[in-house]
Amino acid sequence: MEVAVISGKGGTGKSSVTAAFATAGDRLVVADCDVDAANLYLIFNPEHGTGQSYIGGHKAVVDHALCTVCGICESYCRFDAITEQEGKIMISETSCDGCLFCSRICPMNAIKMVRSDKSRMYSGSFRNGMMVYGRLAPGEENSGKLVSMVRDEAKKAAGETGMKIILMDGPPGIGCPVISTVTGVDRIVIVTEPTMSGLEDLKRVFEVTRKFGGEVGVIINKYDLNEAMADRIEGWCAALGSALLGRLPYDRRVTEAMIAGKSVTEMFPDAEISKLLKDIWNKLITNGKE
Amino acid sequence: MRIAVASGKGGTGKTFVATNLFNVLSRRGERVTLADCDAEAPDDMLFFSAEKVRETEVTHQVPVINKDACTWCGRCSRWCNYNAIFYLPNAKVIEVIENLCHGCGACSFACNSGAITEKPVVLGAVTTFSTDVGSRVVEARMKVNEMSPVRVIKAAIKESGDEGIVILDAPPGTSCPFIQTVDKADYVVLVTEPTPFGLSDLKQSVETLREMKKEPAVIINRADIGDGCVAEYLEKENIPLLAEIRYDPAVARIYSEGRLVTQEIPAMASLFEKLADHISEGYGTVGQNIRPTWKWR
Repeated sequence: MEVAVISGKGGTGKSSVTAAFATAGDRLVVADCDVDAANLYLIFNPEHGTGQSYIGGHKAVVDHALCTVCGICESYCRFDAITEQEGKIMISETSCDGCLFCSRICPMNAIKMVRSDKSRMYSGSFRNGMMVYGRLAPGEENSGKLVSMVRDEAKKAAGETGMKIILMDGPPGIGCPVISTVTGVDRIVIVTEPTMSGLEDLKRVFEVTRKFGGEVGVIINKYDLNEAMADRIEGWCAALGSALLGRLPYDRRVTEAMIAGKSVTEMFPDAEISKLLKDIWNKLITNGKE
Repeated sequence: MRIAVASGKGGTGKTFVATNLFNVLSRRGERVTLADCDAEAPDDMLFFSAEKVRETEVTHQVPVINKDACTWCGRCSRWCNYNAIFYLPNAKVIEVIENLCHGCGACSFACNSGAITEKPVVLGAVTTFSTDVGSRVVEARMKVNEMSPVRVIKAAIKESGDEGIVILDAPPGTSCPFIQTVDKADYVVLVTEPTPFGLSDLKQSVETLREMKKEPAVIINRADIGDGCVAEYLEKENIPLLAEIRYDPAVARIYSEGRLVTQEIPAMASLFEKLADHISEGYGTVGQNIRPTWKWR
């Protein structure tokens, strides 16, 4: 069974919730799909790991010795990546989308495509199972593809070890890496917070899950920051037929545990928040249907 | 001058800083624009009552294949680097998978039989608003179920121009959407929190910015919830710390209701006034070596 934790809005507590789930029960495979800002490895310190490089998208590079500055590439590029500066064709690495169009139409064959191999994927064991995570090199695109690679590796690890559950920590937002994370999973947990931004972003990410993902449940984290807003979110969940998995109080011990390199359920097993998290996790993996 | 407010980690307070800084600068009568570049989760307009001035759809051109004119040569499919043209010549199947298409135009150029035309597909919208004091908010909003916000972000940055002070509220992370936003900024303020997650993502942001030859300054939000790891790192890396904002449930509550703390809490108003002074002083002359002249604790 694959469970994905996502949020729409960043910083609502996805990774802390995932860390708690990952240490709340049976051994499992954890996959950090937030390849842009992978953090769970800080809590789980996976050991005996293997690293693999991930080959990212193409970037166009001009060979100025061959280029005649005819400008054909510039006129066809739809990403505004190519400009002529001081008699030279310059390609902006940040704007280049890697479509290869310019390199195909250059009459002088002066444009080469290079691929970055700076992104990495790691896998190893941690104290309650296996962990797989990706780290996207800065400025890279195609993070969705790296997420798919992380998911494949997690499935492989689950197959090899006989572990039944894959728990994924997803990225914020609603774009390609989020779609890659939720596509085809069994359960989706959306972690939100009782703020207007939390609600707005929840609505948007919920729409994505309806198209691409499995059964959705919502956790309202730090509900006591604004209980009226938490009620509003709860009402919204009910109206859309999405299960409310629970409300979690704001508790500084979550951060304390993070600093100690532990999940809150490990470090403070008797705290109310830990008990709530364990309950939610048990419900999720037993039937999931409320 | 463009100032980007960014962070590697999500939810550290980018929008909080950007909206309040914008509010203080507008109330002073500065010519200021706020561009919400977090096109996947645009929330800035929750904090303002403003009039919509115009809305422009952001589109890209997607191919339409006329099967009657197609000679089944497969060149379009080979030229597509995104696997967006599904092609089975024996079964006479050729389909465009619009979700994978990046709108580069290579396929229509590649087609030798004139079988490919193009149609616009909407990726999102850029909307310009005018606030009660006449400042502008430009919002980038990607359509739900689209893959990439980059074109919408670019369009919003273009729309917001570079007159006066332009505050870019950046998307989280360090991949393409972030790069597109900070690339156009003269000055980058990173908002972080003093936790191991915050530090890890901050380091990645700083490394990315340094590769782009940009030196950021940092604001530590919820400064008292974690440990000293971020402050130590800033000291070691010689990165200016602009402000430390302590965790305050009253602030969190005002924010949660889509209100501005600079309108309601004097201490917060004075903090953002100082931040605005700092930016106004550097306005027009901000280079890479800007150092803070004050620190708020």
